[in-house]
Amino acid sequence: MREALEGSQAIARAVALCKPDVVSAYPITPQTHIVENLSKLVAEGDLHTEFVSVESEFSAASVVLGAAAAGARAYTATASQGVLLMAEVLFNIAGMRIPLVMTVANRAVSAPLSIWNDHGDSMAVRDSGWIQLHAADNQEAVDTTIQAFRIAQDTELPVMVCMDGFILTHTMEVIDMPDAAAIDAFLPPFAFSRQLDPGDPKTLGTLVSPDFFAEIRHSHHSAMVQALSVITDTDSAWHDAFGRSCGGLLTVEGDETARVGIVAMGSTVGTLRTGMAHSAAEAGPARLIKLRAFRPFPTDALRKAVAGLDHLIVIDRAISPGLGGILGTEIAAVLADVPDAPRIHNHALGLGGRDIPETIYADLMAAIKDPDAPAFSVFDVDLNKLAPEDR
Amino acid sequence: MLAPILPGMIEFRIHGRGGQGSVAAAYLLAAAAFEAGFLCQAFPAFGAERRGAPVTAFVRIDAVPIHLRSQVQAPDYLIVQDETLLIDPTLTRGLKSGGAMLVNSARDSAEIARTFGCRAMAVPATAMAMDTIGKPIPNTALLAAFIGLTGILPLEALATALKGRFGGDILDRNLALIETAAKSVPAGAWAIAPQKETADA
Repeated sequence: MREALEGSQAIARAVALCKPDVVSAYPITPQTHIVENLSKLVAEGDLHTEFVSVESEFSAASVVLGAAAAGARAYTATASQGVLLMAEVLFNIAGMRIPLVMTVANRAVSAPLSIWNDHGDSMAVRDSGWIQLHAADNQEAVDTTIQAFRIAQDTELPVMVCMDGFILTHTMEVIDMPDAAAIDAFLPPFAFSRQLDPGDPKTLGTLVSPDFFAEIRHSHHSAMVQALSVITDTDSAWHDAFGRSCGGLLTVEGDETARVGIVAMGSTVGTLRTGMAHSAAEAGPARLIKLRAFRPFPTDALRKAVAGLDHLIVIDRAISPGLGGILGTEIAAVLADVPDAPRIHNHALGLGGRDIPETIYADLMAAIKDPDAPAFSVFDVDLNKLAPEDR
Repeated sequence: MLAPILPGMIEFRIHGRGGQGSVAAAYLLAAAAFEAGFLCQAFPAFGAERRGAPVTAFVRIDAVPIHLRSQVQAPDYLIVQDETLLIDPTLTRGLKSGGAMLVNSARDSAEIARTFGCRAMAVPATAMAMDTIGKPIPNTALLAAFIGLTGILPLEALATALKGRFGGDILDRNLALIETAAKSVPAGAWAIAPQKETADA
């Protein structure tokens, strides 16, 4: 049913539709409304789950790890410093191949302290071995959250659903909330092969000698690569059941004949879409690539998506100081052996919640005309705010 | 429901102080728009989340899907919940030409209009709220006044949105308040002339 809902409220309801056995989370801006709403659903008797209140994100992640290992469908959510405090456990969850779902309400990482949105937090655990899916709007966030529970089970990998803090979590918009019976049909009962069972004892996360560590990492990587098809299959099944899709691994829209492409993740896509609609006549047309799967990385799909482009603008909502853009660097790597690959223009923007106006489209399109432009820039930096020695 | 007709996307910026329900006002306006058959987007510009500090929130209403996620830079309307914010001469920054500001104030509307060089309407929303709900929360009265001035939504849409958020005595008092507030302004004084049909665009 279509309703006007705040993103966080919708996510809490989507999680409830998946009937988690255990929810554990520690509140942190801008994730707080998600767990507040879940807590309210439990208190009002609308969600029957073990809601474990904890004293830190480290404990929240540990609780859901243990719960899922014991055979419970488990969910947590966090952001920013919470992701970092969880970091050790996140690697353990993935390394033990525990299927569970976590929402990251993407927020910048301290210092300096910022409560606002960028992708610094989920990027910091890029290599933890979690699937990372980015939602471009709240409908996608809801649909991806539910899909994530099925993807986690099918791949035996944990899934992080990344949604832009405030820009999505605190935005009310019209969302089609799925019907509970339809979700029951879409999502099979929770089970996975490594589940702890007293009748068939096994150990998770034990000491592994050098004789086997490489094999375990290889199999994890292999599982992540295989997850690519699970992500697309799950989204296809979602489309069959609900008549809409989140775009699988990535989607391509805009002008098919354009020679310029723009790649972005998350809510920035919508602003670019509007900017393109309003200024393509003057600024030039583009092929807009909405990247949904960041881990596993959709290498083949991306190579296809950029075929025929002369220029590819890659937008990062995070920065790797001393290198530049993270997504931009990865895309450069996967296109390195592609003949006639587009020239990459990598820009970080919207760091720490800097507003991204719709004029960004025309500004990005104009910037590719500068032959001397650096391969990477913080696009919306105002150098006048910095002392000369800091520029 | 009839397909809504709008001249295009309508954007709002709501200014208030922490505790006055500015973010709630944004959500209520968006929810009311949804009830009237529009698509909507409402979000806060969170900063200093403390009582009394200036707070800004944004609303977009359209008949077609809203993809833009930036803060509202060029609002069609400003809703100002606290007259002490009028000391900021940049309050109306970006206001579209032909735009208007609705201010919670007992001051003279013409004086505010002269100061900011735009259409302005002052409504004593805090006093109305004190009379009806006994609390200095001006948001629902201002929204009702706005609806009365523009006719953009039926007042019942706001009533339905309120029913989704409140219950019991508080709801009843707010329902009475919005009736009073909507009647306190010249009906249709800011009526929006439909220039194009966007429902099927």
